[in-house]
Amino acid sequence: MKILVTTADFDLTTEVNLLRENQPQIGAVVSFVGLVRDINHDCSVASMELEHYPAMTEKSLHGIVTEAQQRWHIIDVTIIHRVGKLSPCDQIVLVAVATMHRHDAFAACEFIMDYLKTRAPFWKKEHTPDGAHWVDARESDELAQQRWATPQT
Amino acid sequence: MNIQVLYFAKLREQLGISAETLDLPEGAAMVAILLDLLRARGGIWATALSAGGNFRIAVNQELADMTTPLTDGDEVAIFPPVTGG
Repeated sequence: MKILVTTADFDLTTEVNLLRENQPQIGAVVSFVGLVRDINHDCSVASMELEHYPAMTEKSLHGIVTEAQQRWHIIDVTIIHRVGKLSPCDQIVLVAVATMHRHDAFAACEFIMDYLKTRAPFWKKEHTPDGAHWVDARESDELAQQRWATPQT
Repeated sequence: MNIQVLYFAKLREQLGISAETLDLPEGAAMVAILLDLLRARGGIWATALSAGGNFRIAVNQELADMTTPLTDGDEVAIFPPVTGG
């Protein structure tokens, strides 16, 4: 398992190759890459700052992976989350899940992202020409996490 | 007993503080009581941390709630709902 919180960018191909390395039992890899959107659709987000709670961040991500492992047969997982200053189109987050079969990989990847968005202590602050503001949490993210409350297999 | 309290993101900016150590009376052994003490400072503390307010609590880096017990040396974090990913 690789869980990394870093200011540095990542390369999807490199990370997936590392995840798969020397593990011939892996039959499926599903990866999700989250990007910095220009939410106002007019290029007005000049940059974004990601703050986190260092002592809790990796602990909470490990906890989320442990919960996923109780639901699906997971061979390996990579989570990389960036912090610090980011710009539109930058990569923010990578979740890659390796399993024997595709269903487990698709489901576990989505589960981990839904939990990460509502439980892992990261906060986004956007810098626009009108000033800086903290991004509000979205109810749709909370609902996305809650739908996993009933175990699904 | 000493409790380390941390504040993050918007709450850190509103309250103007990122961390403090509070010496709580032995009876204050629960998150709810710690919050009452913080609200009693009045002003922005009472508003930002009002009951039903939009914030989350972690005790020793685990998500917690108002009934979570506190013991000497615990780390309590108060922060807005998370927005990572």
